[in-house]
Formats: sequence, C-alpha cells, structure tokens
Amino acid sequence: MTHAQLSPRNIPDRLEGRGARLMKSWEALLIVVATVIFLGNSFASPYFLDPWNLSDATFNFTEKAMIAFAMALVIISGEIDLSVASIIALASTAMGYAVQFGFDTPALVAIGLGVGLVCGAVNGLLITGLGLPSIVVTIGTMSLFRGLSFIVLGDQAFTGYPESFAWFGQGYVWWVFSFEFALFVLLAVAYGVLLHKTNFGRAVYAIGNNQTAALFSGVRVGRVKFMLFLLTGLMAGLASICLTSRLGSTRPSIALGWELEVVTMVVLGGVNILGGSGTIPGVVLAALIMGMVTFGFGLLNVPGIVMSIFIGLLLISVIALPILWQRARRRLAH
Amino acid sequence: MMKILKSLMVTAAVAVALMASAAHAENKKIALVVKALGIGFFEAANKGAQEAAKELGDVEIIYTGPTSTTAEGQIEVINSLIAQKVDAIAVSANDTDALVPALKKAMDRGIKVISWDSGVAKEGRLMHLNPSSSPLIGNMIIKLAADNLPEGGDVAVLSASATATNQNTWIAEMKKVQGNYKGINVVATVYGDDLADKSYRETQGLIQSYPNLKAIIAPTSVGIVAAAQAVTDAGKIGQINVTGLGLPSEMAGHVKSGASKSFAIWNPIDLGYSATMIAYDIINGAEAKPGAELKMGRMGTVKLDDNNEGAMADPFVYDASNVEEFAKIF
Repeated sequence: MTHAQLSPRNIPDRLEGRGARLMKSWEALLIVVATVIFLGNSFASPYFLDPWNLSDATFNFTEKAMIAFAMALVIISGEIDLSVASIIALASTAMGYAVQFGFDTPALVAIGLGVGLVCGAVNGLLITGLGLPSIVVTIGTMSLFRGLSFIVLGDQAFTGYPESFAWFGQGYVWWVFSFEFALFVLLAVAYGVLLHKTNFGRAVYAIGNNQTAALFSGVRVGRVKFMLFLLTGLMAGLASICLTSRLGSTRPSIALGWELEVVTMVVLGGVNILGGSGTIPGVVLAALIMGMVTFGFGLLNVPGIVMSIFIGLLLISVIALPILWQRARRRLAH
Repeated sequence: MMKILKSLMVTAAVAVALMASAAHAENKKIALVVKALGIGFFEAANKGAQEAAKELGDVEIIYTGPTSTTAEGQIEVINSLIAQKVDAIAVSANDTDALVPALKKAMDRGIKVISWDSGVAKEGRLMHLNPSSSPLIGNMIIKLAADNLPEGGDVAVLSASATATNQNTWIAEMKKVQGNYKGINVVATVYGDDLADKSYRETQGLIQSYPNLKAIIAPTSVGIVAAAQAVTDAGKIGQINVTGLGLPSEMAGHVKSGASKSFAIWNPIDLGYSATMIAYDIINGAEAKPGAELKMGRMGTVKLDDNNEGAMADPFVYDASNVEEFAKIF
C-alpha cells in the first residue's frame, strides 16, 4: 500500500463518488454514536430527559460550536487557527473596558464583533499577506491577544455589564430554547449552505485538496483564506459576546484552552485535519456528542478527567475507524 | 464500529451501575465543588466533608470540580448539579463574579448555595465561610511566638511586600493584642517581598542587627521557609524560633530540624467539615442573615457579619506531632 492510495485526490462532494459514500457512512456513524450516548444517558440518569436540564446542557457546547463551524472551513482549506480562545479573551476585555465608560448593549456587541474581526484580519494578513504558516502565526497571536488582556486586567475583573446584555448568554427565545441554541441552529444552516452550496465552499475544498491546482484554476486562494480567518475571528467575537454575557464578567483567563476543544470538535466531526474534506452536519453532530457526553457524565458526577479520556478515545476511534475499514476492504478485494 | 459500540456499552454499563448505587434512600445531597480535582488541599477538604456526612447520617456528599481551575469548567459542573436537584452546593470558586449567574440559577431552583475558602460575590451565595479572620490570625502569629518564650524577649516580623494588604492587616491586628503577651517585644518589621532570596537576606540582616532576637514571625508561606533556612544556615537553631503562616509540605523539614517549633495555617479537613455542616444547617431551615449563628458540629458555630461572611476558627497549629501527616496533603 502506498501513500498515494491513502490520500484522497478527488474533491469530495456529499452527493457523488466513493469519497461521498465514505463521508456519508461517517455521519451515519456519528449519528449512531450520538443515539447510543443519548440512550445511555437517558437510562443512566433520571435527570437527563428533562427539557430544562437538556436546555442547560446545550450551553456546554453552543459557544464552542459557533467557532467550530468557521474552524471547520479553515481546516478544510488546509490551515488552522489556534488563536480563537485568545480572541474571545481580548474581545471580552474590550467589551468590559467599554462598560467602564458607560457604553450600552448595542455598542458592546459591535465592539465584541469588531475586535473579533480585527483579530481575524491580523491573522489573515500575516498568513496570506506574508505567506507565513497559519499554525505558527496563530500560536503567536494566541499569546499576543491573551497577553493584551492580561496587561489590561492583571488579576482584576470587569463586571457591571448592563442588564440587557445578559440576554445573549442567559436569555430564551422560546420556552426552553435559549438564544445561544437558536444561534447555533441558525449558524449551522448558514455554514452548511456556505460550504456545501456556494462557489465559495467549492473553492475551500479545492484549496484544501490542492492549493496550486486551485490557484491555476482561477481560485483566488489568498482572498478566500483571508475571508476564512476573518470569519473565524468574527465567530470568536460572537462566542465572546455569548460567553461574557453568560458569565456576567471578564477575566483574562476566560475561555482558556478552548482552541483545542474547538479543534477536537471539528476533527471528531469528520473534517480531515490535513484539509480537503469534511462536512458541517458532521461538526454539528460532533458538537452534540461532546455536549451530551460532558453533561451525561456530569450528571453521574464522573470526574472531568474521565470525560477527557473518553473524548480522547472517541476521537482516536472515530479517526482510526475509516482507515481500518478501508484497509479491511482492500484486503477483502484482493 | 464494534470497538466504539463496545466502549460505549461498557460506559453505559458503568453508568448504570453508578446510578443504581446512588439511587437509594432519601439522603440530603450536598455537593462540595472545588477549584479543580486532584489538589491535595481539596482532597483533604473532602475528607472533612465525608466525616461530617458520617456524623450527620442522612447526607450524601458529591465531591466534584473541573479538571483545571477555570470558571467555565465550574459552571458546567454547577449546571449538572442543578439538573440533579442537589439540596446544597458548597463551592470554592475559581472566579468571584463569573459563577454568580449560574449560582443564582441554582438558588432560583431551590438549591442552598454557600461558598468557602475562595468566595463568591454576595449575590451568588447565601453565606461565605472564611477559614479564619484577620483578628484571629493576628493573635495566632504572636501567640505562636509567645508560647515558646515564657520569659519574653525580642521578636521581629518578616512580612511579604510593604503594600501586601493581607499581611499588613494581620500585623496591625497582631499589634493590637501585643499587650496580652507580657515581655514580648516586637523590635522590627522587614519586608521580603515574597521572594525567597530577598526574604533570606532580610532574615540575615535581622540576625545580625538584633543579637538578642528570640523569634521571627513570618506571616507568609514564602517568608517563613526562607527565614527558617537563614536561621539554619546561621547556626541559630535553638536560639531563634521561626514561626508564622506556612504550608506543612514546605515546613516539615524545618520543624524536624527544630528551626521552627510550630506554625499555623488553616486546616482543610476542618474547612470541608464545617462547610458541610453549615450547608446541612441551612437545608434544615437555618437562615443565613447578618448576625445569624450557624452550626458547624464539632467546630462550634459561625457568626455572620454584614456581608453574610463568617470565620471558621483560629488558624490550625502544626508542630512536630502532626506536620508529617499534613505534609502529605498540602
């Protein structure tokens, strides 16, 4: 077996080809996993199947999932953004700073999103403008953005957010459906359409599969990538608004370590970490799975470290499975 | 596929087993939420909570916390505790403010919330249990020095930085009660800035400037270790006793060598025990309001101040008889 056989060279599309079948079975697999976890949780704890409890549980993943959608596109294009959690911290710090000057909710939202966009633009410019590797750039900006919030805040906290600001992280649209969950659903649809139904989405796949070929086919690689980092920054800003609103305060350690959880979510969702393939429905399922595992284990008071081990095992199995499956099929064919 | 299904089935089986063992009896469920799991100090607090549960009989302790000391992690834990409809949450918070919305929600749903060790802002809890109070600490540190000086003598203070609020308050409280300890003469206060090397040099300076120095009081865990080392290196063990506030794990060696006869710090076991007892008292209808006295079992009662805060007890004294045992904990 050679390396060439393993790496997919066709541009995967959900509707055709062998790659498509593989992807389909992957999502089918995730659905099975999600169902098993759901049923397992329902049997394991009498508290799981309660609308309000399930609603509370969605807060475990909605903010991370918002970023995961944009991150999925970035990873499919063959890049990565590790600065997202630090963008949350910086955007939150900026909003908290503005509160001290009496800015109201609409202004705070604008500031949160604006800081996200600016941070995304900084990443995008360094990566596409100077041609630096995204993993290096975003490791750098990861320290930079959070470092700035540490300089502003030190060991202090910003509090005193206006009452109306609390709605983003604590408000409900209808019955048990929180604003965050509604936003999650809305963004899932929007990113699904963007990735799977538009030229932009096709370009993302093309870049991830073969950047040079994409360039010679007339795809404006730099511009698409810049847009992707801008989008990730924007999503981090949005997540920052929700998280800050939910916590009602800002500390520089806010969302510490989230970048890895977001990447885990994306990879668990079946996005190839080397780029070129993956789907939004997969990421949605991964978000639900991670949320349910965290909450279900929480209900049983399983220590957090066991949850991390479980997520890690799940990740490795889900990634190893298609490869093993492929090998087995090839062996059978001969 | 088999692999995953298998692992999931095992998980589900384990989960069901856990569930079955947890379901019996109408016990009061008190959750002890700590900053992070796997920290000796909090494991010891859990030991105290279990002791309280045993004493009370109808209490089940849920000892839980996130894997790292983040507010977000604690909120996830609190959400799952709300879902389980626990009777009380006793939390040592990673963030004074960020936990407030989640804890408010818990209180809205009838859960009694208290904080201990590291507090939550007033609106997020019914009461806060401090391990001790500034007057108690101020009194304890001079008492530790005086207990070993029946004839009195010169003592000096090695503090953290000159601007450290905690230390300044404790030293001020110490000076208030100094008159109660006859013959104890505080000759100097120097500042080691909580740096090991500076604290060491300041101690050397004290030893040279005051030949009759009998004790050094260091109300800082960095300072006390550095002072003990400086006294050891100067060959003054037996002449100068180092005392103050320190961690058993760092001080065990100096207690053994005799450089420090005794020192103090809060006892995490008592803290977990008292938090559980208070939560139980509140579940059973005790009201947490300014001036109220809540029951803490063998630790007596705690009186709440205007902020609904209370101090558990004097700092706990560690000496040759118990320091080894606690050195394993924190």
